[in-house]
Amino acid sequence: MNAVLEKQAINDFPLIFERSKTGRRGVIPPQAAKAKGVNLEDLLGADNLRTSSLPLPEVSELDLVRHYTGLANRQMSVDANFYPLGSCTMKYNPKVNEVAAGWFTSLHPYQDPNTAQGALELLFNLAKDLGQITGMDAVTLQPAAGAHGEFTGILMIRKYFESRGELEQRRVVICPDAAHGTNPATAAMAGFDVVEIPGNERGEVDFAALEAALNPSVAAIMLTNPNTLGIFETRILEISAKAKALGIQLYYDGANTNAIVGRARPGDMGFDVIHLNLHKTFTVPHGGGGPGTGPVGVKAHLEPFLPTPIIARSDNSFKLEFDRPQSIGRVRSFYGNFGNLVRAYTYIRSLGAEGLHDASSMAVLNANYLRVKFQKIGFETAYNRVNMHEFVAVPPKGMKTLDFAKALLDYGIHPMTVYFPLVVSESMMVEPTETESLETMDRFADVMQEILLKAKANPSWLEHAPYNTVVRRLDEVAAAKKPMLTFQKLSRN
Amino acid sequence: MKYTPHTPEDVKHILETIGVASVDALFDDLPEAIRNPKIDIPAGLDEHGVLEHMKGLAAKNLSLEAAPSFLGGGMRHHFQPSAVNALTFQSSFVTAYTPYQPEVSQGELQAMFEYQSMIAALTGLDISNSSLYDGATAVAEAALLAMRQTNRSTVLVSRGVHPEYRETLTTFLECVGAKLVNLELEGTITISQAVEPDIAAVIVQNPNFLGSLEDMKVLAARAHEAGALFIAVVDPLSLAVVQAPSEYSADIAVGDGQVVGNAANFGGPAYGFIAVKEALMRQLPGRIVGATKDVDGKRGFVLTLQAREQHIRRAKAKSNICSNHALMALQSAIYLSALGPNGLREVATVSAVMARELESTLNRVGLKTLTTGKYFNEFVVKLPKPAEEIRQALSKKGVHGCVPVPLEYGFGNAGLFAATELTTSSDIAKLEAALKNIL
Repeated sequence: MNAVLEKQAINDFPLIFERSKTGRRGVIPPQAAKAKGVNLEDLLGADNLRTSSLPLPEVSELDLVRHYTGLANRQMSVDANFYPLGSCTMKYNPKVNEVAAGWFTSLHPYQDPNTAQGALELLFNLAKDLGQITGMDAVTLQPAAGAHGEFTGILMIRKYFESRGELEQRRVVICPDAAHGTNPATAAMAGFDVVEIPGNERGEVDFAALEAALNPSVAAIMLTNPNTLGIFETRILEISAKAKALGIQLYYDGANTNAIVGRARPGDMGFDVIHLNLHKTFTVPHGGGGPGTGPVGVKAHLEPFLPTPIIARSDNSFKLEFDRPQSIGRVRSFYGNFGNLVRAYTYIRSLGAEGLHDASSMAVLNANYLRVKFQKIGFETAYNRVNMHEFVAVPPKGMKTLDFAKALLDYGIHPMTVYFPLVVSESMMVEPTETESLETMDRFADVMQEILLKAKANPSWLEHAPYNTVVRRLDEVAAAKKPMLTFQKLSRN
Repeated sequence: MKYTPHTPEDVKHILETIGVASVDALFDDLPEAIRNPKIDIPAGLDEHGVLEHMKGLAAKNLSLEAAPSFLGGGMRHHFQPSAVNALTFQSSFVTAYTPYQPEVSQGELQAMFEYQSMIAALTGLDISNSSLYDGATAVAEAALLAMRQTNRSTVLVSRGVHPEYRETLTTFLECVGAKLVNLELEGTITISQAVEPDIAAVIVQNPNFLGSLEDMKVLAARAHEAGALFIAVVDPLSLAVVQAPSEYSADIAVGDGQVVGNAANFGGPAYGFIAVKEALMRQLPGRIVGATKDVDGKRGFVLTLQAREQHIRRAKAKSNICSNHALMALQSAIYLSALGPNGLREVATVSAVMARELESTLNRVGLKTLTTGKYFNEFVVKLPKPAEEIRQALSKKGVHGCVPVPLEYGFGNAGLFAATELTTSSDIAKLEAALKNIL
């Protein structure tokens, strides 16, 4: 351990392993005295015992608190910072959701369903609400994240074609080239071939190219609407009619539902399947990368294929139903990320239809405001038209988006999404969300302008930002070339 | 309720700046036919109203805090130290996004690096990613990884693997044309047999769904003789006392992390973990954090090896996973740090000790143990009636009873019972009294 401590520079924040001291104790578990003098060989069998060391950290409770409080302080978050991260929808996560979720944590998935009626009722009603909100006939709450929802949805489409004897023929899933990377990855994982369709000069999918790609070998078209450029696909009804004529299933990537929630329903646009990211539109916190939650809604013809179990109501009680002969089967254990479903349910109960309509209205209002402000201070926007909940801008020629992102960090603002979508070079994708105030957006625009002016006067300043963060630009190339993925490896180095 | 901050003057100012007459005008791109549908959901409530409503729903559940629980089968009710929840649910962890901007995400990144190190410590394997969704999808991802690595497409899975994990595995493998073959049990222990040369992976759970500790060394050796990878599905708490995957040369270890630090949450969210030997590092799905240095030579952490992932590789990615279960992995890392190796051994040992007390009590009331060989802290007993009925009768007497054992195992009516460090002698006495009444 000493050698490691020597290597740890004085201003490095220590690893929990570097705070460890052999024999130091933190929490003492319940009935710990009963562990004393136990002969594990008798209990578990000598051959079954662990003989190797268990190198977990040994710290006091205060060490633990200092460590994780310190780490929490080395972190930006929505609660502390403006976070206009496009496509990720970093809106405010209401505290009431957390309080309510806290009342539902101590439930076991296999407890007698009669003792979990409140949980099942909540799930039943949430599925019903999400069906209403999206215009779908049935909803599964099981998928753990958006990508998992995509997988679930595409598998249902697969099973649907299988039931019609068309699976051999339906080999292709179409995605726009601006689609989230999860779309093509999901289609491939579900055993389909992927065909990408370009966009047009208005930022929409190229209708002629799409039309030309449609034929009876196509199983599904995956679309995000508004798309990843923040633009509504205005020809959506024509697209869905064309798809329908050829029996092609239309899949709605719900990552951007927050732009239209309460104002339009994917089901009414002709979509057959939709997944929602409850951690975007419905205020479930992102948790530093997850857990997300990705319910999937379907039209009636796909309902038999929903994953098992489903929540059913009989008279006044709720139960889990497993007997679904055409189901795609299970996509995970148990019933979904229930804790997050409680949060989303709480949010929907808080807002009602009127509140949801207001949320998407203000999200779109704010994004258009920032688009115009960006244009005024010297950024170009990728498509000069009214956008929905987000927009794509580019810096003046010769300047790098990455540098703007890094400069923002010193101002306490989390950068927008950078270099996505891939179809716009140097793209910065800005999504303020509906919960941000005029003052916050104005400050953001002022900061962007200041960065732009400072950079013009002194390009080197911009290229080396940030200056005041806990670490500065990190060597990602070295990290990938010589991967140091554990403390064990790092301390041997 | 509304969380939107604008005053009417703000809206007016914004509309003027944009140069449109109304908010509705911003939605002109939407086809008129589909605009502003009627959405039939209950009207919004104020905060107090919402809380009352939620309290009403919560009151219809019997919490694991309110009645002793003998439930296992993939999740259990363990003690959660106060510091663990206080530190996990700090708002800067809860309301952060994926650490794509490392300079302002060192807290999350370092915590995930430490988490990866702890999973490596528990499993004895070299590399861990920074979490998957759950145990079931972790098994599926491990199988897909093995198929990529070996270029083979048949997977052998022990029937001792959690039934829901096997169902999930079936879903994931079916669509890529892979074949899944069951490895049968004798009693409740996996039969070790020669493995065919075209098998990509052999998957065995230890302790298995029926509680038995498996002969992992022999099973792994058989897999390796045929050039298959050996995937161990493990209970991370058991690893404090039970042999680690590295000790029987497993290539991949996966499992569900709920039992080390997460609440049961009615089945989720918890998290899935996956650890592999170094040679499989570039086949791993999901996000991975690595250590590096900044321009001033300071240590820092970044997401790394991203060329495996969907946002770079799209259709050729190792998996479609994007969001993982970082917050639950963080909670687990804090739990493991709070207890340390000694505390974790105590939790595991007390769980095992109380399981023996539970078993002898159940045997005493006439319920015969069906689990063969040694077990850790869960075991199966034969029941005179369907397990669902017994579970329901027990719940009426304020006890969270047993997990029904699926009929596929051929035991007829049988229930899986578990004990933890929270199980007391008086809990067991309460169960005994209730059972005497029911049986």
